[in-house]
Amino acid sequence: MSELLSVENLSVRRSDGHELIHGLSFGLAPGERLGLIGESGSGKSLTALAVLGLLPPGLTAHGSVLLSGTQVVGAPGRRLDRLRGRAASVVFQEPLTALDPLMRIGRQVAGPIRRRRGLRGAALRSAVLAALEEVALPERVARAYPHEISGGQRQRAAIAMALACEPALLIADEPTTALDVTVQAEVLALLDRLIAARDMALLFIGHDLAVVAGVADRLIVLKEGSAVESGRTRDIVREPRHPYTRSLVDSARELEAELDRMAP
Amino acid sequence: MEAREVGFAYRGGAEVLSGVSVEVTRGRNLAIVGESGAGKTTLLRLLLGLARPTSGQVLFDGRPVTSARDRKFRRAVQPVFQDPYSSLDPRQRVRRIVSEPLRALRACPRDEIGDRVAEALRSVGLPADAAERYPHEFSGGQRQRIAIARAIVCEPRVLLADEPVSALDVSTRVRVVELLKELSASRDLTVVMVSHDLAVVAALCQEIAVIERGRIAERGAAADVLGSPSHPYTRRLVESVPRLSRY
Repeated sequence: MSELLSVENLSVRRSDGHELIHGLSFGLAPGERLGLIGESGSGKSLTALAVLGLLPPGLTAHGSVLLSGTQVVGAPGRRLDRLRGRAASVVFQEPLTALDPLMRIGRQVAGPIRRRRGLRGAALRSAVLAALEEVALPERVARAYPHEISGGQRQRAAIAMALACEPALLIADEPTTALDVTVQAEVLALLDRLIAARDMALLFIGHDLAVVAGVADRLIVLKEGSAVESGRTRDIVREPRHPYTRSLVDSARELEAELDRMAP
Repeated sequence: MEAREVGFAYRGGAEVLSGVSVEVTRGRNLAIVGESGAGKTTLLRLLLGLARPTSGQVLFDGRPVTSARDRKFRRAVQPVFQDPYSSLDPRQRVRRIVSEPLRALRACPRDEIGDRVAEALRSVGLPADAAERYPHEFSGGQRQRIAIARAIVCEPRVLLADEPVSALDVSTRVRVVELLKELSASRDLTVVMVSHDLAVVAALCQEIAVIERGRIAERGAAADVLGSPSHPYTRRLVESVPRLSRY
């Protein structure tokens, strides 16, 4: 099977030698959906950054990350630029920091479309409107600045930008954590539809087990930088084997129990 | 405690709350539920006396709340904030943080302060030696316990909490909800909580007021509002909660 993403024995270290991620291995085939779940400090976001070669200064990756056949670990920036966007693009948690506050949404969405598809002028403008329409944003959003639209609309715009690159893999790092619950439900449904339509692979990172379980076919449970359990979502949610996974599932169920009782 | 037909507008702005009435009944924890920008936190600020309604009244024990500085009111009504990282002064020892309301409100004689702090720390499940340490030495969940200890040290009757557990990981969240439940039962303390998390609301509160765009959409007993929501917005809220029980 030709893997889209193959992570082997990935470690991330600080410059003082302290290890934050310990020997993580996983693979992702085209069209597959994998969830990385863990609590704060478990290393899930660092894993996403390492996959894209975007670790902040002072942190180094070791091991192997093959993304569309290209080795990311130790690769020079220029080689990674060719990879980012095409092979994988990312949607972050906070769309307000992912978007340029001084640029209208339309221009920001136009950027990746121009680079990826080489469109200009009227063709570019209509491609931008089509991209916005796909994420259910009205035309007027193209002329708005990020602060003029809601959080949900901003995240839709960020998704439109990520998808404009037509990536084989979408990495979504807590994409709905900053959103209200009804907006979260809409954005999750949107992501699900768009990914299915494009047969894209998805690496979904989150802390909310119920959210991640809703989008991912397989799960990896991270704790303090190590994978403690991995497997099919259904199996993990129904029969967690590792004590840590069990405590996560139990806590989530315990919190839900009262709501389930009142509003089944 | 009661908000009677309160409205609030920032200077020169449109109303962010209009004609909102909620009642807090002793022993019935109340959740104020809604999405961001709905006016939940503004309502909480009015109840705390930190802002004055531009119309209507906030009443406590049947009397209008005029100032947050009113000592009797402040002793009876204490806040807990969302982020346990920004709500505790990093330069002060826990002893000083927790004893602050006692000193500011002159709620007890000086020589009793140490005992009161120890008792508050014990009731939130922190060890006695926590008093001599600094906030950075504690995890998020423990910090929220410190914030709760500070809120209950002067034995208030009402705790006004703004998203008290939403910054915490799920296992910690369960334990802090458990703690709030225990405290409200054992100390005759009524919790008023702003939250967007319906699971937390269901676990802790007997009453719910749903706010949508500055107005009350629906209110009543938690079991009724969640079990058979009558307002379309409440229905949408309940349906949108991601649940593990579906997988």
